[in-house]
Order: sequence, then C-alpha cells, then structure tokens
Amino acid sequence: MSAPSTNHHRGVGVEVRGLRKSFGKQEVLKGVEFSVSPGEVFVLMGPSGSGKSVLLRHIIGLEPPDAGDILIANKSIQEPGVFDEHHLAMVFQSGALLNSMTVGENVGLYLAEHRLKPPEEINRIVSEKLAAVGLAGVEDKLPAELSGGMKKRAAIARALVSEPALILYDEPTSELDPVSAVVVGEEIARLNQSSGVTSIVVSHDRDLAFGIADRIAVILEGKILAIGSPAEIRRIEEPAIQDFLNAKFSRPKSS
Amino acid sequence: MFQNIGELVLLFWRTLLALPLAWRQRQKIYEQLHEIGNASLLMVCMLGFFIGAVIALQTGPVLVERGLHSYVGGMVGYSIARELAPVMMGVLIAGRIGSAMTAEIGSMRVYQEIDALRTMNIHPVHFLVMPRVVAISVALPMLVAFAILVGWLGGATIAATNQHIQVSAKAFFQDLRNVVELADVIHGVVKSFCFAVIIGLVACHQGLVTRGGPRGIGRSVTKSVVNSIVLIVVFDYLITRVLQK
Repeated sequence: MSAPSTNHHRGVGVEVRGLRKSFGKQEVLKGVEFSVSPGEVFVLMGPSGSGKSVLLRHIIGLEPPDAGDILIANKSIQEPGVFDEHHLAMVFQSGALLNSMTVGENVGLYLAEHRLKPPEEINRIVSEKLAAVGLAGVEDKLPAELSGGMKKRAAIARALVSEPALILYDEPTSELDPVSAVVVGEEIARLNQSSGVTSIVVSHDRDLAFGIADRIAVILEGKILAIGSPAEIRRIEEPAIQDFLNAKFSRPKSS
Repeated sequence: MFQNIGELVLLFWRTLLALPLAWRQRQKIYEQLHEIGNASLLMVCMLGFFIGAVIALQTGPVLVERGLHSYVGGMVGYSIARELAPVMMGVLIAGRIGSAMTAEIGSMRVYQEIDALRTMNIHPVHFLVMPRVVAISVALPMLVAFAILVGWLGGATIAATNQHIQVSAKAFFQDLRNVVELADVIHGVVKSFCFAVIIGLVACHQGLVTRGGPRGIGRSVTKSVVNSIVLIVVFDYLITRVLQK
C-alpha cells in the first residue's frame, strides 16, 4: 500500500509529543514524538521490550504518561470528552475476548452495554461484522473454541462495532502461523481502505510492517530511531535498524 | 496495608455509586446468584447441621449434668443464630465463592480482558464488581437464615438422640422459643449482610489488582480468602458491639 486511503475519511490524526514513562527506575519511553495522518496505516516496529505496547496503551488512555501529551484530532486526550467524540478501539495481542461470553456476545458487547441498539439490531450488526472478517456463523461459539487467528479476527470484529476513528493493533500477528498472519494483515489493510479508519499497528513482524504500512516508525529502547515510508526505512543505514531488519537465524557450522 | 484499605474504601464507594445500574445488570446479578446458590447450598446444609450438632454435643452434657436440661435448646439456638451461623457461613463463602470471584477477575486482569472493557468505555466496577457484590449480599443472608434453621435441627437431633443429653425435640424447640427472639435471628442476618459486602469487595479488589501470570492469580486468591476471614472476625466484634442490647 503506497498512500493513505481517502475513502470516507473516517479516521483521525494522532500526534504524540515528548512522551515519557518510567516503571520504577526503568524508563520505558524516552521522549517519543511522531504524528499519524487521518486514514494512515502507521506501523511501530521494534524488537520486544522496546516500549511499543506501552506506547499503544498510552494512546488509548490505559496508562497515564509521566510527561508529554497525546493529541487525537488536535485535542489532548487529557481533555474530557475526547474519547466520547472520537471512538478509539484496540485489538490486544491475545485478542482479550471475554472467555465467559460467546463470540457474538463479545462482538456486540459495546452496543449492548451502552444500549445503543435494540437486541435484534445488535445481532444483525454482530453477524455483519463477523462476516466482514471472515468469521460468519461463529456467534454461538466460545472464544476457547476458536483458533488463534480466529480469535484475533473476532477481536477485530469487536473493535469495528463501535465504528472507531482509530484502531490500535498490538502485535496482531504474534503467535499466528504464516498463513493466518497474512490473513490478519490483509484484513487490517482492507479495513483501512474500505473505511478510511486510522490504524496504528505495533509489531515486530517485518513482513507485516512492510506489507501494510503507509509509514513505519522504528522504535528501540524507548526512542524513535527513524520514521518513513517502507522504502525509506529500507534505505536507512543506521546499524541498529539494519540489524533489526536483516536479522536471520543462522545454523552454527559443524566442524 | 493502608493502601489496600484505602483502595477497598474507594471500591466500596464506587460500588455504591453504581447501585442505580443494578436493574440494568439484573441478568448478571441473577447469574451470580444462581452460581452462589448452586455452589454453596449443599455445603451450607452440611455445615449448618454439624455446627448445631457439635454445639449440642459440647454443651448439652454439661448443662444436663448440672440439671439445666431446659437450657440446651436456648443455648444452641442463641449461639447459632447470633454468632456461629453468620461467621461460619461467611468463612465458607469467602473460601468457596470469594476465591472463585478473585480467580475469575484476576484472570481477566492478567489476560487483558479488563483493559479491553476499558477501551470499550465499560467500567469494570459497573460490569464486574457491582453485580457480584449485590449477588453475594443477597445470597449470604438467605444462606445464613437457612443455615440457622438447619443448625437448630442438627442441635435438636443430637439433643434427642445422645444418651448423655436426652432432651426431646419438642422440649428443645420449646426452650429455644423461650430464649431466642426474632431479633436474634435478624442480628445474625444483618451480620451476614455486612460479611457478604466485605467478602465481595475484598474478592473483587484482589482480582482487580492481580499482577503477573498464574502465580499472581494464586497469590491474589490466597490474599482474598485470608483478608476476608480476618475482616469477618474483626467486623464480627465491631458489629456485635454496635448491635448489643
């Protein structure tokens, strides 16, 4: 994908300014700054423990920053009502479906709990969203009965129900086989194109990042090292980035 | 410790504020009630019966030996209604239901389900805590009222059949009626309501603050049961002082 989708323009812009966060003595985010345009697929790529997921949790308001700010559509998330004005959704690494509820109940939870639609309408929307991610007919199954890839897609369906302006994906292809990873990656790209929703994807999966991103940010030890299009990121000669991008398993030579 | 107490008080306040949503969450409250009843009724019967039996067995021969046959029913009935049924059922429910609540909420916390709720703007206190606290606060007093009746029956059975006591069931209940008033049963039920709130809040709080993986859940469950029992004993004294004639 080369350019941000312009369909519908449902997405919002995101700006992260000088974000800092420490847990105890360990500084996890060291003044992170970047901005994401409305409708863009922005991939935050970096090795495990580089602060990617923590950053995502800040954007959706699950963690308060020590310093810095995050702006959604030019409004600080610390201002009241920002999350009501612009719906944000997050797809967690594990899917985070509620195990005691059926898949259908999980997907319709937002609408049911906020009483936004009558039950029949919720059932219709749930079936529609599940069908949109290729999971038609699994409404009555429990999350434990789904495979890893199906759980991730069910979590995407749940995120879509609130018609969000921004979807955050935390390692959407982790723990998936290569085929399922491709299906989930294609789903993210397709949703972005069809609805114009802004997507921020956190991943250490290089194939996913270069396959779906409009722009990529490389994060290492809590700092953004580089931001650019996939082609620009490939050209950067910074050793830390090249090491990450070109890391390969090599079998020890037998003597 | 002080942080825990502060968090518990805050959770209690937030749960009170969420009470107007109880009707909306009635399905969840009903499900919890069903689960508590199913999981506890048989145990409550057994525990209640044998508490009554052992109190009759311990006190009956001593009273009979001193010619106080007519006090056996009153002694057993009074101690079960005011003290033993609410405390023992509280301990039972803390172990049986409180631990399950902590494990369930703790697991939801560890596996990011509670974070997922927050991202959907669904407050965990409204969705998870309030229905459980309401359900246990309804269920425990009912179980205690039932346990009091079964406990009296256990006491009467032993009083009538034990060769060292030999107080007929009719005489046992006659004496019990003379000594135990409705206010004594209400005293026990009110106590159990307070214990239920404590168990529900402690269990949900420990679940919500769970950290780490399965080991963290195990630690939270242990803390939940131990803290509930300690608070039940402390509040038992305080409530008894307040409700004392």
